[in-house]
Amino acid sequence: MTAPARAAPRLRRPLAGGGRQVFEYKALVYRRVWRGSVFSTFLSPVLFLAAMGVGLGSFVDHGSAIASLGGVSYAAFLAPGLLAAQGMQTAASESTWAIMGGFVWDRTFHGMYATPVTVAGIIAGHLAWVTARLTLVATAFFVVMLAFGFVVSPFGVLGIGASVLTGLAFAAPITAFAAGQKNDQAFNVIFRFFITPLFLFSGTFFPIEQLPLIIRPIAWLTPTWHGVALARGLSLGSLDPIGALVHLAVLAAYIVAGTAWALIAFRRALSK
Amino acid sequence: MTTPLPNAVPADSSDVGRDATSGTAATERAGTPAAEHASEGPESLIRARGLTKRFGAFTAVDAIDFDVAPGESFGFLGPNGAGKTSTMRMIGCVSPITAGELSVLGLNPASDGARIKAHIGVVPQQDTLDMELTVRENLIIYGRYFDLSRREAGRKADELLEFVQLSDRARDQVEPLSGGMKRRLTIARSLVNEPDLLLLDEPTTGLDPQARHLLWDRLYRLKQRGVTLVLTTHYMDEAEQLCDRLVIMDKARIVAEGSPHELIERYSSREVLELRFPVGILETLHAELDGLADRIERLPDRVLLYTDDGEAAAAAAHSRGLRPETVLVRRSSLEDVFLRLTGRTLIE
Ligand SMILES: Nc1ncnc2c1ncn2[C@@H]1O[C@H](COP(=O)(O)OP(=O)(O)OP(=O)(O)O)[C@@H](O)[C@H]1O
Ligand SMILES: [Mg+2]
Repeated sequence: MTAPARAAPRLRRPLAGGGRQVFEYKALVYRRVWRGSVFSTFLSPVLFLAAMGVGLGSFVDHGSAIASLGGVSYAAFLAPGLLAAQGMQTAASESTWAIMGGFVWDRTFHGMYATPVTVAGIIAGHLAWVTARLTLVATAFFVVMLAFGFVVSPFGVLGIGASVLTGLAFAAPITAFAAGQKNDQAFNVIFRFFITPLFLFSGTFFPIEQLPLIIRPIAWLTPTWHGVALARGLSLGSLDPIGALVHLAVLAAYIVAGTAWALIAFRRALSK
Repeated sequence: MTTPLPNAVPADSSDVGRDATSGTAATERAGTPAAEHASEGPESLIRARGLTKRFGAFTAVDAIDFDVAPGESFGFLGPNGAGKTSTMRMIGCVSPITAGELSVLGLNPASDGARIKAHIGVVPQQDTLDMELTVRENLIIYGRYFDLSRREAGRKADELLEFVQLSDRARDQVEPLSGGMKRRLTIARSLVNEPDLLLLDEPTTGLDPQARHLLWDRLYRLKQRGVTLVLTTHYMDEAEQLCDRLVIMDKARIVAEGSPHELIERYSSREVLELRFPVGILETLHAELDGLADRIERLPDRVLLYTDDGEAAAAAAHSRGLRPETVLVRRSSLEDVFLRLTGRTLIE
């Protein structure tokens, strides 16, 4: 047994379980569909900020409203909230059908798992891809905010990071949930009963102090409110360090717990 | 061995001849995990002892033993639900074993799954192709999962498309391909890492005869290069063509093992006389058939008489006044072995 191995030197186990390769796969698929996402990525924030910030803003911007928003225009109040909340929506739409389909429709995850790519690699690649998408969407949004003059503090740029973290706080657990689904019925429920209410009632459009007292603690538990508060505090320059740490800790907790759940759910789905 | 797999197999016989010698086949395995243990003597590429798979209370694979030697092609035959796919998935390190022992390439699937997977190719029973990518992209990205560089993966993809005769579809989406073309693509994909061990779960189900023959030819070439083949099939001609050795599984257990020839010898007679009667007549025949053959098997539409001399049995039946619609004398096949051992036909 002395002859050189047939191609053995290049049959290494991919580093980090193949996360990089899974990311590449996602990018390859995206290259075929990116045109369809241009609207939601770049145009819809412009339209949204113009309509809500400028249109609605001119309607509500008078003495008492400005006071309850902490002395800034409605547009400057709203824009960072939308920045963060949009992360949630991007993450949810990247982590529902795309995940279930990989198990049930195309079964591509089963294909990956037959190679040296590991369960952790698949999840890492997916979440890395979602992070890239979130960064792109948030950056585009931030540029529009800047162009409209809706950013007060130079720290506002860190709102991009807040948006990404908010998105990941949803992407991780939704990915785990989607891995356990046999069909897509539950996804409409997620969007209708979780994503949309969170978008509307987590402080994005108005301060949660406007909500009835009993509902407010629910908002405090959601990643959306923490993400919105973080992005807004950064953009308006009103963030206190303790508050910032709490927001970051809550978002991180969702990401860590969601990822752990995803590892279990993927393993259960792939390794029967 | 420096020439790349697999379409680089030159047509000239000298190379094929060299590959076909067992010595070369064994040498080619050097450098793979199994070879690292080669000093311990000839080792099985796959070794299973008491291998068991349970899903809850249901036992899909019940304490089976088997060995697959390097360079061998080994088949699993069995009726639907016998446990073939469950066994293949355990070998492929995607399904943890419930009990018993399993080693693949000399490694333990439970702890070395990714390392084993780097050296095996898998054609699963159900395709796992990516419908959103083109034919060629499917191969390239799969090559990347084995850590091939992009250039290498691209070169490999073109070579493999040639090998399975899909080059003209390279830039097409996968979705509209025919079932047989998808299957060929899956097979091409399983070769992207130049595997030492190829696991094929019903590789030719759904293929037209021409595509099946193409595939058999390709698998034969791989075998000549020393690739170990493990396959499941419902086609006895496929098993006879491709398998050096096979096991027949039934109800989660192995019920027989041997080469196709040995199995026929052991479990069937030399010839088979098939008598087909008009509807309703077969049920009325009892004593009339007694003693005509060593063994008699009644199927819904015909009766099979196992004997060493089919013509003589046919003459005897005629002299007893039996008037079947058709009379056929043929050699015994694996189908007969299968029928005897499982009480079922191969394709139901
Ligand atoms: N994930 C699973 N959960 C529960 N039962 C399963 C699972 N996978 C397989 N089984 C059961 O295990 C038994 C063996 O299935 P397996 O797929 O191994 O059979 P097979 O020999 O490949 O059959 P076929 O020829 O139809 O492909 C079947 O009864 C099947 O229902
Ligand atoms: Mg099967």
